[in-house]
Amino acid sequence: MNVKLATPLSESDVRSLHVGDIVFLSGTIVTARDAAHKRMIESIRSSRPLPINLKGGVIYHCGPIVKREKDRLTIVSAGPTTSMRMEPFEPFIIERLGVRMVIGKGGMGKETVKAMKRHGAVYAAFPGGAGVLAASKVSCVLRVEWEDLGMPEALWVLKVESFGPLVIAIDSHGETLYRG
Amino acid sequence: MRWAENFEEAVVELLRRSVSTLPPDVKSALEAALKRESEEIARIQLEAMLENIRMAEEKRLPICQDTGILHFRVRLGSSANARTVRDVILKATAKATREIPLRPNAVDPVTGINSGDNTGLHVPWIDFEHSEDDWIEVTVLPKGGGSDNVSTIRFVPPSEGLRGVKEAVVDAVLRAGGAPCPPVVLGVGVGGGASVVMQLAKKALMRPISERNPNREIAKLELEILEAVNGTGVGPMGLGGKTTAIGVNVEVAHRHPASYPVAILFNCYVARRAKIRMYPNGEWLFC
Repeated sequence: MNVKLATPLSESDVRSLHVGDIVFLSGTIVTARDAAHKRMIESIRSSRPLPINLKGGVIYHCGPIVKREKDRLTIVSAGPTTSMRMEPFEPFIIERLGVRMVIGKGGMGKETVKAMKRHGAVYAAFPGGAGVLAASKVSCVLRVEWEDLGMPEALWVLKVESFGPLVIAIDSHGETLYRG
Repeated sequence: MRWAENFEEAVVELLRRSVSTLPPDVKSALEAALKRESEEIARIQLEAMLENIRMAEEKRLPICQDTGILHFRVRLGSSANARTVRDVILKATAKATREIPLRPNAVDPVTGINSGDNTGLHVPWIDFEHSEDDWIEVTVLPKGGGSDNVSTIRFVPPSEGLRGVKEAVVDAVLRAGGAPCPPVVLGVGVGGGASVVMQLAKKALMRPISERNPNREIAKLELEILEAVNGTGVGPMGLGGKTTAIGVNVEVAHRHPASYPVAILFNCYVARRAKIRMYPNGEWLFC
């Protein structure tokens, strides 16, 4: 099934999705990798405010190439990174921040599958390495947070238009397309 | 001086080509994979991959945002010395990072600080080979992190021989799943000892996937491993399908009687490599 969705995502938006569905997403997504996940969790645990709101939000496992010319930020290439590295952090993030969709590549582990079922979230795979294709779906960089972590690890808040093809590879019913 | 300036420009262009285009052998293998694929999700992956490659070539932008850790191999002719070549490659790398741009991928393992320009302790890594020719040749292999993370070395029981090699590779592919961005290219080293075998695997990755090892037995092994890997069903991006690898290259060295090391280096489907030749008069060309 081909689906068009817009952020923020509701629980019923994601509960209606099943593995194998193809989604094109419009709205706001936030990139986050290992270092950003770790800092988010440290912030939550020590009750420090986060610079982003992820309620109904979308996390994109991606470390983009960003070009900075004067005040203008342009996404040059922005395909997904290996999601499995975020496995130790993601269940907590989904539970505490209300994330509804995680975009990445290669799939995630059992704990994330469980958390997605329990809290209502999905994992969507963007074709790996397709950096220019992904960048062509980004209409602008809304802002950047935690840039001290370095370009690949910062939180890039992106406005996207028909971002995809996204394959629902883990759904909120405990199903996954990955074997093993 | 003029020579060094031309050389620097040539290395910047080498880097630009290496990250924004794919060698013809890799591209045609991906096209062939799409032709024989019947699973819809696998086809969607392969179509997006090929569309992205076309877009990157047209815009001269990095195919993948992970422009890798840079690994150079320099065939040093009689007209240049290693130190000058090294200095120029470092300058060109920093310049290419700003201009193309490349993603800054050199992180200090102690402080966690990204150097910002892809240079740092021992990176880019440069291997030198010597030759009597007056020209020099520079090959670059920008290799992404996702495929490196699942690369591995195994010591198979010597009594198992080549069968053990094949089983080790298939096992590594199954463990890796979708993480290395399949359909992958596999560089396999056999023999030589723990440190040599990784070098062999890297050498294997520098060979076009359309070329077989000149030794007939090893050429046969390459095809057998390819078939076995594609029988796993891991498929493009680990989402299932007919093609899990588009190429398997094997390089061997004699081994210790007690030891049978096998190195398995994964490269993602964005299997980038590019080469230039530079003459003493400052002229250069891609080859």
